[in-house]
Parts: sequence; structure tokens; C-alpha cells
Amino acid sequence: MKIKAPLDSETVEKLKAGDRVEISGYIYTGRDSAHKRMIEDLESGEGLPFDIENQIIYYTGPCPPKEGQIIGSAGPTTSYRMDSYTPKLLELGLKGMIGKGLRDSEVVQSMVENRAVYFGASGGLGALIASKIKSVEVIAYDDLGTEAIRKLYVEDFPAVVVIDANGRSIYDREER
Amino acid sequence: MRDIEMAQIVGAVKEMCIEANYRLEDDVVESIHSSLSSEGSEMAREILGDMIENLDIADKNSMPICQDTGMAVFFVEIGRDVHLEGDITEAINEGVRQGYKEGCLRASIVGDPLLRVNTGDNTPSVIYYDIVAGDEIVIKFAPKGFGSENMGKLKMLKPSDGIEGVRKFVIDTVREAGPNPCPPIVVGVGIGGTMDKACQIAKKALFRNLNSSHPEEHIANLERELLSEINKLGIGPQGFGGDTTSLGVNIETYPTHIAGLPVAVNINCHVSRHKECRI
Repeated sequence: MKIKAPLDSETVEKLKAGDRVEISGYIYTGRDSAHKRMIEDLESGEGLPFDIENQIIYYTGPCPPKEGQIIGSAGPTTSYRMDSYTPKLLELGLKGMIGKGLRDSEVVQSMVENRAVYFGASGGLGALIASKIKSVEVIAYDDLGTEAIRKLYVEDFPAVVVIDANGRSIYDREER
Repeated sequence: MRDIEMAQIVGAVKEMCIEANYRLEDDVVESIHSSLSSEGSEMAREILGDMIENLDIADKNSMPICQDTGMAVFFVEIGRDVHLEGDITEAINEGVRQGYKEGCLRASIVGDPLLRVNTGDNTPSVIYYDIVAGDEIVIKFAPKGFGSENMGKLKMLKPSDGIEGVRKFVIDTVREAGPNPCPPIVVGVGIGGTMDKACQIAKKALFRNLNSSHPEEHIANLERELLSEINKLGIGPQGFGGDTTSLGVNIETYPTHIAGLPVAVNINCHVSRHKECRI
């Protein structure tokens, strides 16, 4: 299924755990240090460095580009490290996250309350995903290097709905 | 005595850093391909197919397979008839500095674990040295990503826990790691020694070729049994379900104390990079 970013509520409600999607549009990168700083900026009253309403945050720290490349390898990083920061961002209107691996129950609960979706990209597929990124602009926290917040334009970014807005997860399954 | 100059070490390490991050060794590639033919889940086959496509793109474009180009880990064997003309630790770190810069590999190391400021050049490395017979140096390198490294565990079992205790601890660790370490994973297990030694040999086990098995028969059997049990967990590629949760289980052992049975599990992702050179 092809979907657009930023997300609209209609799309969010339609997505079900297990759906494979291809995302096109603008998304923002952010990982450990960027999340820490976003929350600090909120607490100090400075506000977020971009309007988070309906946006998707992609947990990644890309490799530097070679000459002639738009971006280096850019696969997802493990999401649970962002869990302590995520509910606050969901309350502020964040609608989607792309990462890999498990989330804690508070994140899932907040996703259901705030109607948001967690997408899984395939870990280790940095070169393949980089080929779907068409433009890159560092918009905040430049000093964090690979952890700076980047605005990406992506075309047909491959992902799977891991947890949907009703809290259902593709990881919930019986052992064989 | 054979003299080895530091420039040789720097050059060899630089090349290894780039090469290991751009191209997987044949044993891992073959293992991913053979998983594809035995995998029963359609979603899992699609993910394994994406992994193979990713390897091709990285190879063709000479770029890192994964953006987590890791902490640089080395096992170095120094022949006792080698004379080193300089500081080998500094030479290895200089090789890492040059390789990570030239290869556009990600600098992922923070200088102080609590203050967390990036050193900018992916140093320092983690290096283990062994003195061996001969007049050569063998450098084994693996860039270790932390999505999988964070899922590792150590447990100090009782001698009475025995092989069943080891089996349970390994399986529990993999089950708990679930989708986080980017399965299909390679599982390194260290049994014996002290708590630190068990961890060190678990890491060393990840360097071993996937087609090899432990020379002791009872350990080789345990490797096969654990692999089979792990693949029955149903975690599958990226945790989306399937038959392929692990590409291999490698175990290393060391003698231990009468009172203890240390066991360490060190997990690697499917981008299980390792490279070796001989000088």
C-alpha cells in the first residue's frame, strides 16, 4: 500500500499491523541525542525545532555521503531507546514513527490514545533505504553529527506496520 | 626476529575497515541465501530477499551495508618472533581513523560513556592481544553494531545448572532479544573462564566462520541443537515471524573454577561482518 507523509487521520485509521507500506513525502530523522534535546527544549520553553503535527520521525543515524551521494547508508536503529521520550511527542501530534524492534507498553498506550502508527523498517538495510531518500536537509542540532535532525524527502520507503493505532502488534504471536 | 613497521598495520587496518563494511564474507552471504530457500513464511522470504538486494546495492555502490558501522573490535595474534617498530595500539587506531573517514563510515563512538561527546573518528577501538608462535601478525576485525550488542547477556550459573542451564539461558536471551538485534542473528556463546573471560570468548565466537563447528563433539552438538531450538522460536527475519531466526550458533569454551559456570551470550545481526589479514 502506498501512503503519504505527513500522515492524515484517515490513513492512520486504515493501517493494520502486518501491512506492508511504501511511504512517500517528508519525514524527519531523530535518534537518542536528538530526542533528549527535543524534550529538554520543550521543558525549557523553547519548543520543538519543527512542527511535529502529523509528522513521522525516522529513528536513524546515517553514514556520511560520498561525493555525489545524497546520503550514506540510512537504516533504522532500535526504537526502544526512544521509549521514555515518545509519549510526550505523541501528545504533541506526532503521528508516526519508523524504527525497529519492540516498544514498551506506555508507548503503545499513548499511541492508542493519540492515534499514531509505529512502522518497522528492516534493520541492516541501510544501502537499500538510502536509495529511497531523494533529498536531505539538516534542520536542527547540527552539532550532533549523525544524530542531528534531518528533513528527508523519501519515495516509496519500504516499511511494515508493526503496531497500529489500535495497539495491535505484528510481534504478538505464539511460539511454535 | 622479523621487523614489522607500523605503516603496514595502519594500511591493513584501514583497508579492512572499509572492505568489511561494504561486503559480507561468503559464509554469511551463503547462509542468507540458503535460509531463503528453506524459509516457509512469505513475509520472511520477502525480508530475506530485501537483505540480499541490500547487499547487492552496497557492493555495487561501494557503500556501507548498514549505517551502524559499529565499534571497531580486534583480536590480534602477535608472533613471538615479531619485532614491532612502534606502538601497535596506536597504529590500529590510526588505521580505524583513516578507514572510517575514507570509507564514509559512521563515527559512532562517544569519548566518555556518561558525557557522550562523539570522538568524531570512531576511535578508540576494542583490542584483544594474544602472543602466539611464529613471526607473523594476524589481525581479525569485526565492526560491531550495537542494536545487537545491546541484547547480549552474562550469567554466572552454578555448576549444577550444567548443560541444561546453559541451553535455557541462551534460548531465554535470544527470545527476550526478539526483533531488536535485526534477526536472523548469529549467536556467540562463551562458556567458562571468569565473568570477563566468558564475555571475551563469546565475542571471539562471532568471528568464527559459520561453516565451522567446535572441535569438541559435545560442544559441536550443542551448537547444532541450539541453532535448531532458536529457529523454532518463530521470531524470524526482523522479528516478523518465520523459520529463520539464526544463521548460526558458535560456542567457545575455557576451563573454569570448581565453583562456577559463567555463560555469556553475544548476539550479532544478519550483517555479521568479519575480516582477517596476515602480515
